[in-house]
Amino acid sequence: MRMEQTGKVKKDFIVCKDVMEEFPKADEGMFRVAENLNFTVKENEFLVLFGPGQCGKTSILNMIAGFDLPTSGSITVDGQEVKGPGAERGMVFQTTCLFPWLTVMGNVEYGPKVRGVGKKERRKKAQHYIDLVGLQGFENHFPVKISGGMKQRVGIARAYCNEPVVMLMDEPFGHLDAQTRYLMQEDLMKIWEREKRTVIFVTNNIEEALYLADRILVLTNCPTKVKAEYKIDLPRPRDYTDPDFLKLRKEISEVVDHTL
Amino acid sequence: MQKKKSKYLWILSAVTVVFVLFIWWLVTDGLGIFTSNTLPSPIKIVQAFIKKLTDPNPDGATLGAHLLSSLKIVLSGYLLGVVIGIPMGIVMAWYEKADLMIRPVFDMIRTVPGIAWVPVMVVFCGIGFTSKAIVIFIGAVVANVINAYSGIKQTKQVHLWVGATFGASNWQLLTKIALPSAFPMIINGLKLSLGGAWTTIVAAELLASNRGIGYMIQQARGILRPDIIIVGMFVIGIVGSLLMLPISLLEKKVMKGGKW
Ligand SMILES: Nc1ncnc2c1ncn2[C@@H]1O[C@H](COP(=O)(O)OP(=O)(O)OP(=O)(O)O)[C@@H](O)[C@H]1O
Ligand SMILES: [Mg+2]
Repeated sequence: MRMEQTGKVKKDFIVCKDVMEEFPKADEGMFRVAENLNFTVKENEFLVLFGPGQCGKTSILNMIAGFDLPTSGSITVDGQEVKGPGAERGMVFQTTCLFPWLTVMGNVEYGPKVRGVGKKERRKKAQHYIDLVGLQGFENHFPVKISGGMKQRVGIARAYCNEPVVMLMDEPFGHLDAQTRYLMQEDLMKIWEREKRTVIFVTNNIEEALYLADRILVLTNCPTKVKAEYKIDLPRPRDYTDPDFLKLRKEISEVVDHTL
Repeated sequence: MQKKKSKYLWILSAVTVVFVLFIWWLVTDGLGIFTSNTLPSPIKIVQAFIKKLTDPNPDGATLGAHLLSSLKIVLSGYLLGVVIGIPMGIVMAWYEKADLMIRPVFDMIRTVPGIAWVPVMVVFCGIGFTSKAIVIFIGAVVANVINAYSGIKQTKQVHLWVGATFGASNWQLLTKIALPSAFPMIINGLKLSLGGAWTTIVAAELLASNRGIGYMIQQARGILRPDIIIVGMFVIGIVGSLLMLPISLLEKKVMKGGKW
């Protein structure tokens, strides 16, 4: 929708070309996580990677984040080859990994603080994102004392507060109960519409994928590659019970069944 | 709720103490099962304590002078060991080259228990302050290096990744992530080594000394003065736990958000 409004053809912002990745196996030999992995992401696009458990979704994000490098092939972001982690690529991790020694505020302002942003300015910025994820009033709480859903919100606020160009989200709502999950998806869409970013969002939940995505890539099992691609043109905010939504859901589920 | 609970537990402990004191009194002064040459009554212990505060007999110094002598040695050796041991452990854990350089010597030293250093130190520096302070120092360095080292090594990879996505430098990763991660282990090292230092000083004074709480006990044993022995034991216990207080306060202060 959004892309049509601007009327311009957006350039490929992230390019994964012929990516192959192997890990040494515990005994001997190599385990191939990804092979012939090719895809691109446009600027400000919300891309969902949808694949079965253990198919290599986290591995793909780790390569784009620069935590691991592809064994062969290349990944470029904005024309620059990824050679390691960088502040322009933010990550919301699959398991919450807040710093337990810092308060909610301390965690969220962490990025700007590392970059040397002054206290007043970074507090203001952090407060903005804390409000955005609906955690006002919890600034001085420590991570051990807040719920799982709140931790995920802090993780999202922390990643956003560093103002990355690309946001990598690894099943951020995976451990939440259904109700909280819906709320978080709604909120994420609101945030994304206000603060446009290129997002790669990983999930193994088809409804979540359909609710969020501009485009969905269906991944195969290990070694993973792109099995199918769906452009989702449904208007936002989306409705889980909309007939078009349900039709797409059925169609994609069938493809996935064949993948498994 | 929590306050009430700890108050209740405190009363339980007090009851136990009173009960033990009563039994002790009963078998000594009460029923006369033990004479004061074997087990003096609690009242005799208190009398011996008060007398020893001002009386340098039979071992040449008042209780205060003995205690001061022991404390001086323990604190100098311990504090020096902490100040050198913690940074050394951190540097070894973070910089592999430092680890490779220091480790051979360190592994040799760490396997020798503290008290086994006493004879050789006495040969080098006599039975005074220096020899025992060095023995205490060695023990404190070893415990603090080991704990700081493991603490830093146990830093979660994903926490370092979070730092990396914020563009943190190697120095920032060390000081802002690895160090706070290691804090509980470092505190653990501080406690262990303080306990070790206090044990070692008493043992060393029993072996070779002319002053100190251990020496006082040793002398009292030679002339069959169980009251002074027991006074010495109580002083060791009480002073030992008082020394732990500042560390526990530091721990509470830094870990106010809960343990990690
Ligand atoms: N560092 C590593 N060393 C060895 N094997 C690895 C490593 N990282 C991932 N793997 C393996 O690669 C496969 C894919 O892992 P990955 O975590 O990327 O999958 P995933 O799709 O994110 O899984 P999940 O659905 O559980 O999140 C798994 O079989 C895993 O054991
Ligand atoms: Mg994963």
